[in-house]
Amino acid sequence: MTAMTDGSSSSLPAVAPDALPLSRGLPLGERASAALEHPAVQVEVGSLHAYYGRHRVLRDVTFTARPNAVTAIIGPSGCGKSTLIRCLNRMHEVTPGARVEGEVRLDGSSIYAPGIDPVVIRQRIGMVFQRPNPFPTMSIFDNVVAGLKLAGIRDRQLLDEVAERSLQRAALWDEVRDKLKSPGGALSGGQQQRLCIARAIAVEPEVILMDEPASALDPISTLKIEELMDSLRASYTIVIVTHNMQQASRVSDQTAFLTVGDDGAGYLVEFDDTATIFTNPRQRLTEDYISGRFG
Amino acid sequence: MSVVPGQPDRIRTLLSRHRPRYGEPIFRGLVGLASLTVVALIAGLILVIAQQSLTGIAHNGLAFLGGSDWDPVHQVFQALPFIYGTVFTAGTALVLAMLIGVGVAIFLVDLAPAWLARPVGLMVEMLAAIPSVVYGLWGIFVLAPWLRDFVEVPLHDTLGFLPFFSGNPIGIGNLAAVVVLTIMVLPTVAVVSRDVLAAVPISQREAALALGATRWETIRIGVLPYARSGIVGAGILGLARGVGETMAVTMVIGNAPVISLSLFSQGYTMASVIANEFSEATTNLYRSSLLEIGLLLLMVTLLINAVARLLIWRVAYGSTSRSVLA
Ligand SMILES: Nc1ncnc2c1ncn2[C@@H]1O[C@H](COP(=O)(O)OP(=O)(O)OP(=O)(O)O)[C@@H](O)[C@H]1O
Ligand SMILES: [Mg+2]
Repeated sequence: MTAMTDGSSSSLPAVAPDALPLSRGLPLGERASAALEHPAVQVEVGSLHAYYGRHRVLRDVTFTARPNAVTAIIGPSGCGKSTLIRCLNRMHEVTPGARVEGEVRLDGSSIYAPGIDPVVIRQRIGMVFQRPNPFPTMSIFDNVVAGLKLAGIRDRQLLDEVAERSLQRAALWDEVRDKLKSPGGALSGGQQQRLCIARAIAVEPEVILMDEPASALDPISTLKIEELMDSLRASYTIVIVTHNMQQASRVSDQTAFLTVGDDGAGYLVEFDDTATIFTNPRQRLTEDYISGRFG
Repeated sequence: MSVVPGQPDRIRTLLSRHRPRYGEPIFRGLVGLASLTVVALIAGLILVIAQQSLTGIAHNGLAFLGGSDWDPVHQVFQALPFIYGTVFTAGTALVLAMLIGVGVAIFLVDLAPAWLARPVGLMVEMLAAIPSVVYGLWGIFVLAPWLRDFVEVPLHDTLGFLPFFSGNPIGIGNLAAVVVLTIMVLPTVAVVSRDVLAAVPISQREAALALGATRWETIRIGVLPYARSGIVGAGILGLARGVGETMAVTMVIGNAPVISLSLFSQGYTMASVIANEFSEATTNLYRSSLLEIGLLLLMVTLLINAVARLLIWRVAYGSTSRSVLA
């Protein structure tokens, strides 16, 4: 993959297309077909409102995360990025008092329709959290296959294969192959985060959500995770939250920019191809934000 | 809001003013003294009891731990029936209290809505506040007859061939002691487990949920393993309470130095024999032998407590990373 030395260009506006990773230069259709291993599904968000108790934190968000693409969600702290991404796999409602209105459609059908089991939705839509949260007492191996074991899969050979493949894809295999039996809590923060990614992809979800997956990581681990996202695109639909504008421009195909409105709720300012958002945004707010002129 | 020019200087000047420091050594001396008193008390207690039981230790030898003959008239003091009684009743009660208590804790932390968890939790805590002797009264007047008529007799008639259900079902005995002890140990186990479970980070639960775990699976893979050593600690604290419990057990166990597997048999515990016989211990040797039992009991409870604290401490403070491994 394109090796990018992190933190190189700090002046932000207008990231030139050729500064993006290789594949980004290609027209979308070509890029997708070049690397497509597995057709993924799209996630449509329609007029989504989210609440904590009576407090509305997201207002009327509508966009579509394209299949086999990385969609980045950017915006200032507290604008509801984490809330939005948690609405996409029905994790928002886990918080007591939290509530969602509006639509989220996975492959055309609503995940909030009555009778839909959130457990099934969360199997189909994997999630990686901002802070690494491996099961600290479980072995590295058991961490990776935890989702499979939950589903009742006991076939040792299959579990072995999946564990190795997932760890390889998460760029962690070489570091842990000799200590698969040691506990997941005994890894470094960056390794733990890659372990969590391996755990999420081991169950072959159709969509992967990542909430600032690299925010606690050093540049090298960050780079590994960015490379991983790039390769995951071939099989999955990916939505990431990031605070790092360069990261958004490097890894994503589409970008959603949220900000906080006058009513204190976050709303979607602009949604477009990443190249457009970063070179030629339609909204003044977007331009100010990505060029660092935002409050 | 803008900072008034010159304000930093003002604050620095105020901060650099000399504060008198003579309070410091006094304060330090006082708290030091207080802690020293506690340490001295415990050490003194152990020392005195150990010293007073020397006569017994010398006379009784190892048979004290291995023999089952307790005959003060002939100066034979062998404590195995009491040790057995304590281990049997406290151990069985602990197993039952763990099953119920951890269940209650899971319910309170992860399943019950807040409006229910609060009052139920308070009620569980109140169980611990009921005086031992009240449990004893209840045990002897209410529980024992009830157990005899509705549990022991039916069990005896159907499963009497098993050693656990052999003998005469009269209500007073090991079963009553186990039930009373279970109720008394339960709040300790439930409340400590609840606090341990509540200390498991949300992120652990979310990790499991996001993998598509159901509620129960989330508790099983995300919560319980994380809380494991703390829950063990809760059990050990409960065990310490069960081992040391005296009044209620003395009232319902029958106080006969018998070693029997049967739940219907009468029994005796270390704590009960001390409570029952201290006033009759007229000879020096008798007195010293009772103190020897006391010493044993003290050592066991101290050890149990120490282990429990260590385990709980590891969950609370060792949290996410390397220290929680074992
Ligand atoms: N559990 C909660 N209960 C109540 N309000 C919450 C809760 N979590 C978040 N909020 C509020 O919802 C709003 C959006 O929070 P959210 O975490 O989604 O922001 P964010 O964009 O992810 O911010 P950051 O970039 O700092 O992570 C904030 O105003 C926050 O105070
Ligand atoms: Mg966030």
